[in-house]
Amino acid sequence: MSEHPHKNCRELLGSLSSYIDGDLSPELCEELEKHLAGCTDCQVVLNTTKRTIDLVHSPLEKPDLPDEVRERLFKRLNLDSYLTPKPK
Amino acid sequence: MNNTMPNEISLEALIAGDRAEFARLVDEYSSPIYRLGLRMLGNPQDAEDVLQNTFINALTHIQNFEGRSSLATWLYRIASNEALMLIRKKRPEVNLDDVEGGDEAEDLKPAQFVDWSGLPENELLSGEGKNFLDEAIHTLPESLRLVFLLRDVEGLSIKETADALNLSETNVKTRLLRARVYLREKLSVYYGERLPVRSENE
Repeated sequence: MSEHPHKNCRELLGSLSSYIDGDLSPELCEELEKHLAGCTDCQVVLNTTKRTIDLVHSPLEKPDLPDEVRERLFKRLNLDSYLTPKPK
Repeated sequence: MNNTMPNEISLEALIAGDRAEFARLVDEYSSPIYRLGLRMLGNPQDAEDVLQNTFINALTHIQNFEGRSSLATWLYRIASNEALMLIRKKRPEVNLDDVEGGDEAEDLKPAQFVDWSGLPENELLSGEGKNFLDEAIHTLPESLRLVFLLRDVEGLSIKETADALNLSETNVKTRLLRARVYLREKLSVYYGERLPVRSENE
């Protein structure tokens, strides 16, 4: 496995999350983007981190509650009489 | 956009003991809370315990809800505590606060530079790929996983995550960064091996 070659890439990594969340000051953003423009490895780290977050957001990663679990929950809470067909 | 949200749960009705409204609250939040339990405990039985205990607790304490956070954040707080309590009970050896120490720069040093971000989602989340992702999330240390699940899977803001877990926002950001970097490394190894060969020379 190769080691990341650039020293100032560490700073990028420290701000990576905040940058992705749009939570970085304009000055730091600019600095970071300047670095990104010249550093392919950091571009890859940024792209693949964003993609990782996209994937876990996917509906495939968010299954609904199984019907029988919902039913037992309503019974446990004495809410049986409100156990109508699931909304939506 | 509509200003009125037809599905909004009425806190007044909940506090007044309106059972139908509580049933609506249960339907609104039971899926994400079950998922959280499943991801934290790793099996459906424990996830169901977390789910049931969360709403029993909510039902018991709704009168004390002060509205300093949203109802959603309040429920996630109860659910997170239930999940952590169950983990402590079942696996007392797990260190749930293990995040402050360590050399951050060392932890965050990436080693994978294959760009798999262009692969289509149906390929990335095909049966096997999805299993790998789920497994990778499950190998995150608990203290990072909970932050990651609330923020990146369920979409809470940094502040809401911090409120739900009683952590500082800085602490949430640190844990989130570590979790994201950790998962990216894992996924890069896996998906990198599945990239078409031509991409290597592009």
